[in-house]
Amino acid sequence: MKRSELLSRILITAGMLLAVGTPLFFWTRTPLIHARMADNGGWNPDVIQAEVGKPLHLRLTSDDVMHGFSVGQMKIDAVDVEPGKVTDVTLSFDKPGIYKFFCTRWCGINHWRMRGTIEVSGPGANPEPAPTIPLYVTLGFDLDAPHESPVIPSNQPSAIRGQQLAANLEISKFSNPDFYRTNSPYQLFEALSSTNLSDLEKWDVVSYIWQSNTTPEALTNGRDLYAQNCAACHGENGGGDGVFADDLAKAGEASMQSMTGATDMLMQTPVDFTDSKRILGAAPALLQGKILRGGMGTGMPMWGSIFTEEQIWDLVAYLYSFQFDYQGEAQ
Amino acid sequence: MTKIELTRNTSIKNALISRYPQLAVFVVMLMGYIFAILAGLVGTPVGSHNFSIVFVWIAWWAILILVAVPFFGRGWCAVCPIPLPGEWLQRGAVLNPPDKKPKWFNLRWPKALRNIWLQNISFLLLALFSSVLLTTPNITGIVLAGMLFAAIGLSTVFERRAFCRYLCPVGGFIGLYSQTAPIELRIKDKRVCATCEGKPCYNGSTNGYGCPWDVFPGGLTKNTYCGLCMECLRTCPHDNIAVNMRPFSADLAKPSTRMDEAFKAFIMLGSAMIYAGVLLGPWGVLKDAAYNVGTSTWFIYAAVFLSTIFLVMPSFFALCVTRFENLNIFKKRFAMLSSALIPLGLMFWVAFSLSFVLTNASYILASLSDPLGLGWNLFGTAQTTWQPMLTSILAPGQTLALVGGLIWSSRTAQKAANEAKVSAIPVIGYCLIVTAVMLWLLL
Repeated sequence: MKRSELLSRILITAGMLLAVGTPLFFWTRTPLIHARMADNGGWNPDVIQAEVGKPLHLRLTSDDVMHGFSVGQMKIDAVDVEPGKVTDVTLSFDKPGIYKFFCTRWCGINHWRMRGTIEVSGPGANPEPAPTIPLYVTLGFDLDAPHESPVIPSNQPSAIRGQQLAANLEISKFSNPDFYRTNSPYQLFEALSSTNLSDLEKWDVVSYIWQSNTTPEALTNGRDLYAQNCAACHGENGGGDGVFADDLAKAGEASMQSMTGATDMLMQTPVDFTDSKRILGAAPALLQGKILRGGMGTGMPMWGSIFTEEQIWDLVAYLYSFQFDYQGEAQ
Repeated sequence: MTKIELTRNTSIKNALISRYPQLAVFVVMLMGYIFAILAGLVGTPVGSHNFSIVFVWIAWWAILILVAVPFFGRGWCAVCPIPLPGEWLQRGAVLNPPDKKPKWFNLRWPKALRNIWLQNISFLLLALFSSVLLTTPNITGIVLAGMLFAAIGLSTVFERRAFCRYLCPVGGFIGLYSQTAPIELRIKDKRVCATCEGKPCYNGSTNGYGCPWDVFPGGLTKNTYCGLCMECLRTCPHDNIAVNMRPFSADLAKPSTRMDEAFKAFIMLGSAMIYAGVLLGPWGVLKDAAYNVGTSTWFIYAAVFLSTIFLVMPSFFALCVTRFENLNIFKKRFAMLSSALIPLGLMFWVAFSLSFVLTNASYILASLSDPLGLGWNLFGTAQTTWQPMLTSILAPGQTLALVGGLIWSSRTAQKAANEAKVSAIPVIGYCLIVTAVMLWLLL
């Protein structure tokens, strides 16, 4: 064989090997965490190992649409995970435990299913601290039982008017957090039946007492959490008409064709927080329980591993602002 | 304008005869091709950030349809890497012919398939799946790999470049439109070929291989099936091969009478119009139907696509053949007149491609720095944001292409009508109507 022929063959072979080997080499050495819409697999991998005190470097990429990344119950800013691009994130854990990471962008009807786990091991406190029993469990609330208020106000109750009316009432027993968290607005309305107030005035006082159990900062925090995590289904104005509401209703209809009937369809429809009967009949502990536990198959996610307890109470306080006129507060 | 023989220039001729410049380009192209396959298979599934989609369907396509085909005809085929591995196996060498050839089957391509119907079918197969193919890297990777392996397989069974000549979905339309290109490879003197012993340009010699495209250069009258591989330039013992510059669409002065080529013109013209509607139009229903392969709406889309190309457009065009004597003459006239659609189809594709190439060209910079979507930034351009380019020239450019194509086709129609002995006016009217539709679709 001529030398030129040999060299040419070597050149072609080397070129082909280089073209095959280069992408394979770098592909196998670049571990990425892939984000896909939940219907297409969610996070991959969805379980990540880490050690206390050692920085955890993550390289995130989206295989379809814009996603976001954050870790529940940690003070980190959410980052965007863009299609075809790589986002670098470095996390640090100071105690062992199971942490949940989740998507922070409304990527699809099953956006909330996009969750994964970071298992952090190493020296530190007991990774499983004694669990706190949620208030709704202590109180024995049945989260799935109807809890409608038999009476609703004719106009939106005003906290400012309520404050003026409350000045002449003995309300100290209603103003403490224990009463607020364990009773529904309707129960307080009933408790005010011995007063000479008209129905609307009683609702105004309820509105004031509900406002006095929160702070402007908590309401602002609750509003931000709601906008980021809840509005996609429940709607920006709480009307149960978020961008995914129609899709959820369709999913409910589809399930009716196949499985458990009409109740599924109803359950798939996001709750309308402007529905006075429903919200004024719900105690904060009950709403806290729903957020903590989720809707058990209704499409309502479980947020207990994502939000801190304080965040959940802030969110609960904000939900009542769809019923009450907290003038001047975050709405 | 008369022809200018480029190969009179010794430097050009030597560069074309030497195998090394071509081999160097082949190697680079083959590396890029294989890289595109791998990128499609292991890179990000996001098409706009994957080398396979961005460099094949945006960069390569832009070069092919806006530059290579209009100005160099089958110039792309001269450097296309797909036949290289198969030809190496078939020939047993990558440079000059070896003393001992490998013993492959070396069969003649079946006579019944010696036309471009298979190329028409392979193009339509890709066209029907194009919404998925053009956006899904792993599908692109599989299709590119499939073409490479098909070329290798056919090289071991059949003689010459059977894949390029009879099966390549791209080669079919390049051949059709290469008739309009201002470049050609032809013999200088027919008498020399007539008396040439052994016909080494077709049968090969120690200097080179017999025509890989199964063409006898002595009979070349049009560009359609000449792959500009330059083997005949190497093998001709009489220095009777020339590469010429010539006027645009010189081949169309003598229009083809073949129905496979006539339908190729309809396939290309119709596809450009359907793509303009589906890929660039505002109709989400059409996009969904084209994308959701296998669904009932996709089957409807496929049926409409195929019936538009094979029934509606040719049926109306058949009305242009104003004289009917017998079926054979009718078919001959139909095919001859359809040559008027060749410049128009090319300009339809130019206008359509301008739109999506200028819209998506900014992806090239990002993909250049991060071809696999692994977070690289090789040239500092990975973060380039998507932005349509040269938007101010898009509509004027497309209008110019379409109106220019209409004028060009009208002139071609006059020549074809003279040959077919019918009036050119119906053909010009047909071209006018489809151009108006295309203008409406694009603008």
